[in-house]
Amino acid sequence: MSLSYLTSEYIIERNRERCIDCQVCVRQCANKAHRFDEEEQRVVSDDEKCVNCHRCVVLCPTKALCIRRNPLEFRENANWTPGAIRDIYKQSETGRILLTGMGNDRPYPIYWDHILLNASQVTNPSIDPLREPMELKTYLGRKPEKLKVENGRLAEKLPPQIELKIPVMFSAMSFGSISINACKAMAMAASELGIMFNTGEGGFHKDLQKFGKNAIVQVASGRFGVDTDYLNTGAAIEIKIGQGAKPGIGGHLPGEKVGEEVSATRMIPLGTDAISPAPHHDIYSIEDLRQLIYSLKEATNYEKPVSVKVAAVHNAAAICSGIARAGADIIAIDGFRGGTGAAPVRIRDHVGIPVEMALAAVDTRLREEGIRNQVSLVCAGSVRNSADIMKAVALGADAVYIASSALIAMGCHMCQKCYTGKCNWGIATQDPYLVKRLNPEIAAKRLVNLLNAWAHEMKEILGGMGINAIESLRGNRLMLRGIGLNDRELKILGIKAAGE
Amino acid sequence: MKLLNANGICYQELNKRIRELLKQGEDTIQLQGVLGHRYIGAGIKGNRRIIIKGIPGNDTAAYLDGPKVVINGNAQDAVANTMNSGCVIIHGNVGDTAGYAMRGGEIYIKGNAGYRTGIHMKEYYNKKPVIVIGGRAGDFLGEYMAGGIIILLGLGLKDGEELTGNFCGTGMHGGAIYLRGSIKPERLGKGVEIAAPDDGDMVIIRTYVKRYAKYFGLGHNEIMKGNFVKLRAYSSRPFKSLYAY
Ligand code: SF4
Ligand code: SF4
Repeated sequence: MSLSYLTSEYIIERNRERCIDCQVCVRQCANKAHRFDEEEQRVVSDDEKCVNCHRCVVLCPTKALCIRRNPLEFRENANWTPGAIRDIYKQSETGRILLTGMGNDRPYPIYWDHILLNASQVTNPSIDPLREPMELKTYLGRKPEKLKVENGRLAEKLPPQIELKIPVMFSAMSFGSISINACKAMAMAASELGIMFNTGEGGFHKDLQKFGKNAIVQVASGRFGVDTDYLNTGAAIEIKIGQGAKPGIGGHLPGEKVGEEVSATRMIPLGTDAISPAPHHDIYSIEDLRQLIYSLKEATNYEKPVSVKVAAVHNAAAICSGIARAGADIIAIDGFRGGTGAAPVRIRDHVGIPVEMALAAVDTRLREEGIRNQVSLVCAGSVRNSADIMKAVALGADAVYIASSALIAMGCHMCQKCYTGKCNWGIATQDPYLVKRLNPEIAAKRLVNLLNAWAHEMKEILGGMGINAIESLRGNRLMLRGIGLNDRELKILGIKAAGE
Repeated sequence: MKLLNANGICYQELNKRIRELLKQGEDTIQLQGVLGHRYIGAGIKGNRRIIIKGIPGNDTAAYLDGPKVVINGNAQDAVANTMNSGCVIIHGNVGDTAGYAMRGGEIYIKGNAGYRTGIHMKEYYNKKPVIVIGGRAGDFLGEYMAGGIIILLGLGLKDGEELTGNFCGTGMHGGAIYLRGSIKPERLGKGVEIAAPDDGDMVIIRTYVKRYAKYFGLGHNEIMKGNFVKLRAYSSRPFKSLYAY
């Protein structure tokens, strides 16, 4: 290839006064951006290789390193941004599809930040969560039309439910896309917190199976690792139709990541591409989806709720109505800001809709059709904090899925290079040297801390509204007001404007 | 052996009774009057036998893990979907997506198969799934196949009738398809090549053709007189050079 026109995106600044040439950075950077120069007897850096993951910065014992955006500017141009120009260089040099990791980073409106929560004043006094009991417990699954009670007891068995102590679950991330230590950390945290983690479409690693009570097992088009035991080990089953980060695009784990453990867990040959295309070739209609849902229910004796995960796309409401009618117990709606281990840039950044809109539209539609009780709704796709969760619940979600937030808690620095398999934080990698960096116990503790903190905040927010159970906030859109939104957006969200 | 009459009961009730009988330790169940009942034998395990008289509905023997299921009639769509181990014998034709993503066990289809037979078939460790089809197969045979064996015998083809439909082996990146007869190159999916079976291939073919012949009371020598070709994938890494890093 001729000369590359790409210049480095970042520059590595080394404070020479502080640097003691200990070579920690050399060992830490899997991108080999630092090296020890034998001749000069000192550590030098290669800016071009840096992806700005902060690993070396955080680990440098003398805090000698700083990574900056390369100040080199193109001539100012609001249309031809540096990113747009760089992408063209990259594609004209390789002739290939641009790949990226994590979620959509474009400056689309973030509707969470245009929604404000309510609080009580004077009437309907607020509640002090430190003194009063506050209920966050949530059950996901189909709820009956009416309850029949005899002698103070339920006369008919409820459809299967999963119990969550807090309405948050770890979203699907497969072993393969992330490391076993990252999977373990989430499994341990889920079991300690009384919530669920999700195996993704990567099978159930033997070390994780003891956490089956807290696992949702995924079934995707490639059926990796799916057998009767897999289905029966989890607490619930999720059919993956789509993913917010790449609607209409399937999963594809490149062969170099299919080592012995991944191959054993996915039950596929060593070193082959693991292809899970977007279309399930046995699903062409709601009727076909129903067939898969019921085959899973039959295979598990109707003991597990079945969830269907879809990407938030234009006709989300109609699609989800069909899914509810197909017999799903849970619908997970994944917005366009959701993360991924690998996605084509153009898909990630341009396909799908915000989950806030999709969630509101789906909840409204299911209510209008009188079938809202038939499914639980799970909101996914970049839920960043407890306030986002409360807004999601008030828009109609029963619970939320988090993935990026969980990875960040474990150490992810959002460098968006997950697809390279060289995650310096030991998360999105299968390289044993890198995986070792993530201590599952410590990572689990960080996850538990995060969600305990969020749970406290959720209780504070509920208390402030004068509500003592999350049930009473669910779909309670009167607790929301919009700011900086037009009439149409307010209408879709089903909320009033601030001041109304 | 226990006899169950499916006539007049819905599939959920029928399958519940089957599960109860299996739980009680019954090792052979014969079903009569089966008429479109779905999911018969879904997810069942162990050394059991289910014999079906009639026409079972979609997803028969889905997630099967060990048992032998004999269908004395045609089967509909998605028979042996995601099967793990065991054996399914069909004395007739099957609908679409038979053996979807199966990773172990054997399926013997006396007659013809519909579209997408053996899609996503894989193999792993000591598991190698096998599908033998007596007649012809529809489009997309062995689509996305990552492992396992499909043998297509083309018995009873009429003059001018072809063995497969279009896009045979599209997306295939592992395993082998053996055809008794020939295939026009334009019927092949992208990434698939035609090869001559070697001695090892012939041992595989003979082994499963023998079983096919035995199950359906045919002479295997007669079948083996045919000429076999092998279809295989160019690469186990079909998307290797699609992405810029
Ligand atoms: S890629 Fe990460 S570890 Fe390597 S130099 Fe850049 S910031 Fe440091
Ligand atoms: S998981 Fe690792 S590679 Fe992916 S964005 Fe986070 S730090 Fe970067």
